[in-house]
Amino acid sequence: MKAIEAVNITKVYPNGVVANRGVNLSIEQGEVHAIVGENGAGKTTLMKIFFGIERPTSGELRVFEKPVHISSPKEAISLGIGMVHQHFMLVPSFTVAENIMLGIEPKKGFFSVDFKKMENVITEYAKRLNFEVPIWEKVLDLPVGVKQRIEILKALVRGARILILDEPSSVLTPQEVNDLFDVLRRLVQDGLTVIFITHKLNEVKQIANRITIMRNAQVVGTYENREVTETDIVELMIGRKFEYDIKRERREPGEVLLTVKDVNYFREDGAHIIKNLSFSLRAGEILAIAGLEGNGQKEFVEILTGLREKAEGKILLNGTNILGAHPKKIRQMGISHIPEDRIEVGCALDLPISENLISDRFHTKPFSGRLIYRKRQVLEFGKKMMKEFDVRAKSPTTIVRMLSGGNMQKVVVAREMTNSARIVIANQPTHGIDVASSEFIRKKLIQMRDDGKAVLLISTDLQEILQIADRILVLYKGEIVAHLKNENITETDLGYYMLGAKRQSDEQIKESMKV
Amino acid sequence: MKKTLLVLEFTRFVITVGIALLIGYIFLLFSTDKPYEAFKLFLTGPLTTQRRFFEFLNNSVPLMMTGLALSLVFQAKVFNIGAEGQLFFGAFGAMLFALNFPQVSWLHLIMTLIGSALFGSIWAFVPAFLRTKWKASELVSSLMMNYISYFLVLFLVNNYFRDKSAGALVSYRFPQTAWLSVITKYRLNSGLFIAVLLSILMGLLIYRTKWGYQIRVIGVNKKFGLYSGMRTMSIMFWVQILSGAVAGLAGGIELTAMYRRFVWQSLPGYGFDGIIVAILARNNPFLVIPSALFIAYLRIGANIMGRTTGVAPEIVIVLQSLMILLITAEALLEKFKQKAIAKEAMKGE
Ligand SMILES: Nc1ncnc2c1ncn2[C@@H]1O[C@H](COP(=O)(O)OP(=O)(O)OP(=O)(O)O)[C@@H](O)[C@H]1O
Ligand SMILES: [Mg+2]
Repeated sequence: MKAIEAVNITKVYPNGVVANRGVNLSIEQGEVHAIVGENGAGKTTLMKIFFGIERPTSGELRVFEKPVHISSPKEAISLGIGMVHQHFMLVPSFTVAENIMLGIEPKKGFFSVDFKKMENVITEYAKRLNFEVPIWEKVLDLPVGVKQRIEILKALVRGARILILDEPSSVLTPQEVNDLFDVLRRLVQDGLTVIFITHKLNEVKQIANRITIMRNAQVVGTYENREVTETDIVELMIGRKFEYDIKRERREPGEVLLTVKDVNYFREDGAHIIKNLSFSLRAGEILAIAGLEGNGQKEFVEILTGLREKAEGKILLNGTNILGAHPKKIRQMGISHIPEDRIEVGCALDLPISENLISDRFHTKPFSGRLIYRKRQVLEFGKKMMKEFDVRAKSPTTIVRMLSGGNMQKVVVAREMTNSARIVIANQPTHGIDVASSEFIRKKLIQMRDDGKAVLLISTDLQEILQIADRILVLYKGEIVAHLKNENITETDLGYYMLGAKRQSDEQIKESMKV
Repeated sequence: MKKTLLVLEFTRFVITVGIALLIGYIFLLFSTDKPYEAFKLFLTGPLTTQRRFFEFLNNSVPLMMTGLALSLVFQAKVFNIGAEGQLFFGAFGAMLFALNFPQVSWLHLIMTLIGSALFGSIWAFVPAFLRTKWKASELVSSLMMNYISYFLVLFLVNNYFRDKSAGALVSYRFPQTAWLSVITKYRLNSGLFIAVLLSILMGLLIYRTKWGYQIRVIGVNKKFGLYSGMRTMSIMFWVQILSGAVAGLAGGIELTAMYRRFVWQSLPGYGFDGIIVAILARNNPFLVIPSALFIAYLRIGANIMGRTTGVAPEIVIVLQSLMILLITAEALLEKFKQKAIAKEAMKGE
């Protein structure tokens, strides 16, 4: 039986972008079906059509072999479709249970919520999936892995038989990805159907039964997993030959550019988020901070870039303490920053691509004179950057909101990697970016290192870290628990430290940092 | 492609206005027995005589100025909507300068206008400061400032500057050197040229200077502005001061050109109409010009209708709200638009 089918679906967005062109796709019930394609290929759009967020311009949808019109997520849910979005849609100040049951709370009498029943329902589902969720905790500070489980539960409790996951793994660590896959396998055993979008092809090979490849708004083909290799997939995606060829030659790092000394940070509620963080960053090196999300990386990066106040300690740049300085000053002193959250922090969604690309240098030549802001120069620059970083959009005047997730990220990266800063703080730089462009960005980071710049890479993607970093700090509960040279270490080694199962002694860390 | 979009955009506007007028007409059916004549006067009234035409233009001047002031703060997503109080206080400032500054031709007038702008920004400064210093909502404080302005200015004018020889509660008359000239025998407010010029200047400021770029960035995403290295607080502060100056100047122009004394005993309401003008112009200073003309046209049309036929001019308020509502609710023609775009896009490839 077919779970969901798209027949000749075409979607044209209001600005004239054709995101899906005559797409045919047929998903069997009980399979894990992966959808892959370059940034902007139209994957999310197709999923939004399945889930009733976007209406197709033409074409037909069938769910469990019946033709349907899905005009709202509500209808999609009633047809048994559930979707976990790339950007989670949870209410941070609500508890896990409240989030899961939002709008469908079991009632006791007329007004009051039946909490007992609520808990029973959730535990039952959670048990079936072998999940652990802290039912009565606030969602606020839970790790992404847990948030994702909540999203999945949310869909299941609403009766989802078809589960759509849009890039669920892009910020998960390998361990969390494994957990997720266990869950998906169990769901499939129960007869559910899973549609899974990702840019990580090893994951596709690991979990998918079948794979659909999209390119340029069209479906290139659907393949059995065993029919294609990772390389085949990439080449079908981009329509040309592709080789992984990142090379990182050993280099002696230069002088110290940035020194972090005894930084401590307490959150408003008193939690000790960052504990005695000390390290230095040298010219000509890539230093990675590894760690599961929620171990203080986010806060530390915000402190370092002036976006979070009230930390203790010192951060020395050219002998000046920049801790607590305004972001303007920090930028002027040569720190560039690819933020974790491209939507809230990294872009102005309602401004054109071109104006997003110059937000850190609008006041310099050739974009501005003493007073005048030169629109034409800004557009020219936008065009150039879009070409260099392969941002797929109609023109530099397109507003960023209309870009696909990966293309938004490319805009941010393009800006932060082309200014004159000597230090780049790269927080998940390739988040949501496709294989080929990720390669490009990693190469570029290595090249920046070779040019004598310093890169602080914060990533949950261990492959990325092992591929390009020179040294690795592992952060666990706000503390450095290991300092490693990137020589002959594996993901598993890092995993132990990241989970807190292993740690180096303080002396060991201090000693190894001295060199 | 671009052209079809423009045509659709315009058609949408026309249809919206059409619907609003239709509903207005239905209202008229209930409030007069000569709805057709009344309606015709409403629509064409401002064009029927020269006097009416100039009345309409004059009415647009303060609307343009306050609309401009508000479009500036709205661009930065700052909701300092105290243009009314700023205008009132600015008018008071103009009066102080007009009555006290030495009567040197030109200089006196210029100082009077500068005085009104200065007083306007002083009034805008309070909510701006509260916001910057203590994160107090500028929306609330600017509204309160409107009333403080009203009572304070009235108290001062009525107690210290009242012209007892005049038959009404008004201030002393301004000396002639502080008059802004009016043109032709129908008394066209030459402030219109100032307003138009200022709108163009502010449009250039917003879209063609680095300062304007920052205002726009902050208006879209403040966090992004800060992250990019902009002094968001200071920009938000100064845009309010500038907006206050424009609103204050509106009061100064109105007094020096039209009344030549301080004459208001109640808030004139231009500051509130300015909000409508700014919304209609989508906060674009260039578009404030036609937008203010449009609102002024409706206002005067309604007045004329009221004067001649006895229909309550309040009808216009209903009409106006309808139009704003319909015009801002963009969804109307979205469907047609979507179809046309789809067709074009498929054809083009
Ligand atoms: N709301 C929108 N308005 C206009 N165009 C849009 C909109 N959303 C997406 N697009 C365009 O549609 C195309 C497909 O976007 P979509 O988000 O489906 O890509 P994707 O395959 O999910 O890419 P990614 O891997 O980067 O997430 C892109 O060219 C994008 O610019
Ligand atoms: Mg996507």
